[in-house]
Amino acid sequence: MTLISVLLILSCLLLLGSSRLHVAIRVVAIQGVLLGALPLVRSMGDLLHLGIWILALSTIISKGILLPWLMNTCLRLSGIRREIEPFVGFGPSLLCGTALLGLAVWITDRLQLTQAQVPQVLLISSFFAILVGLFLMVTRRKAITQSLAYLIMENGVYGVGVSMSLDFPFIVELGILLDVFVGVFLMGNLLFHLDREFEHLDADKLTELSDLSKSAPVVEAVEENA
Amino acid sequence: MNTLRWSLPLSAWILAPLMLGIINRVKSFFAGRHGPSVWQLYYDLFKLLQKGSVYSRSTSAVLRVGPSVVLACMALATVMLPWGELPAPVTFVGDIILLAYLLGLARFATVLSALDTGSSFEGMGASREVQFAALAEPSFFLGMLVLVLHFGFSGLSEMVSEISFETWQTSGVLLVLVGCSWFVLLLTENSRIPVDDPNTHLELTMIHEVMVLDYSGPDLAFILYAASLKLWIFAALVVNLIVPMHSLPPWLQAPIFLLGMVLVMVLVGVVESILARQRLQQIPKILIGAALLSLIALIVRLMG
Repeated sequence: MTLISVLLILSCLLLLGSSRLHVAIRVVAIQGVLLGALPLVRSMGDLLHLGIWILALSTIISKGILLPWLMNTCLRLSGIRREIEPFVGFGPSLLCGTALLGLAVWITDRLQLTQAQVPQVLLISSFFAILVGLFLMVTRRKAITQSLAYLIMENGVYGVGVSMSLDFPFIVELGILLDVFVGVFLMGNLLFHLDREFEHLDADKLTELSDLSKSAPVVEAVEENA
Repeated sequence: MNTLRWSLPLSAWILAPLMLGIINRVKSFFAGRHGPSVWQLYYDLFKLLQKGSVYSRSTSAVLRVGPSVVLACMALATVMLPWGELPAPVTFVGDIILLAYLLGLARFATVLSALDTGSSFEGMGASREVQFAALAEPSFFLGMLVLVLHFGFSGLSEMVSEISFETWQTSGVLLVLVGCSWFVLLLTENSRIPVDDPNTHLELTMIHEVMVLDYSGPDLAFILYAASLKLWIFAALVVNLIVPMHSLPPWLQAPIFLLGMVLVMVLVGVVESILARQRLQQIPKILIGAALLSLIALIVRLMG
């Protein structure tokens, strides 16, 4: 379990520091597989429970295989390779990652846990994944990285859920999984259309859609028609 | 027993240049060359010691004292390294801090003599050396903090002698994380490839080699020998950390230690062959990453 938590933290750091998008997608896929293995490790000795197996397998299949495949397809269709000029550079991102790690430790330390059997390191790494997901969503330009960041954040939420309790009804977990799947699927679709329409995936350029800056010419055109 | 304890620094003093030979041999193997003999550095040292030194007229005594200080620091530092369960000749509580700052003193002497030459080129190298050293130090001390928390605050010899198979079973993650962090530290401190290229002397991005351009003859021999001792020191730290010496029979510890040293050197050679030197702006990223590995180990130790 400690090993999985440490790998989770390391993969988040790798995501903060790397600019290549296909590497990022692969790392997120590895995260999905790690998280899928988590319920199995967590339920030592209780491996006969069917719900745990369904949860683990569906997580691995959806987060480890399906969603990365979808993202890869998007990447191939849009033809971009790497994240260029993020709002916060990769070195400073790593430094911010250190700060976020500290924040995650602080949050975990402050939590008033009722259960005695909560693995602290797993909780830290899950909170760290949530924070890194939020950070990446804010600081990266490409829409594809932002959807990846959403996935990382969801991975963190899942990790917190698993570390808090295993008795969590697995139907609920499966429901969340389905939600995430549909969400990312829609994002993928959106990315595809965005790319075809504007020939780039820079989310911050979407402000050009606003009619505030171009309102004057439009009004003139209407008057001419009248 | 006491004479036996001196065998470690003695072997370090004798075998350290061989280690650089092994790295060069591995690199030439990867490049498809025959490469220099593994004893090449011994020949070089012998040749240099027979020559006279040439000093620039613009330098002062600082430049002349530098190599001796560096060599003395490194030789002293090897005296504090343990050999598995066999404690070092000199060991006391907190000796690791003295070890770290002997290395720091050696770096200070190198930097001062580089600045003493008045060459802007060497000043540039000195500035880089100090900058990266400041970034590399956290990973060393964070890793050491993990060891101290795990084994109690005592001498380095006592701490590493307690690492056994059980340690690997209960907290192997810690050892792997700190080991990786220290391996990156080894590459940085010894100016190996992802950080610096030890083979280039005239490139604008190099760090360590540029600072020793003004030495010749015996002085250069001192510097080269001290560099090989430094490599030995860091490799010995990594090997002592990774190998569970406590579980091995005493007669096997010395051969395993030497084998571990050779393996670390082969690993360095492989890393140098398959990686390119990183751009200067990328190096802080590598060093922060290494420090983060130790930091994660610390968090796991405190919270896990």
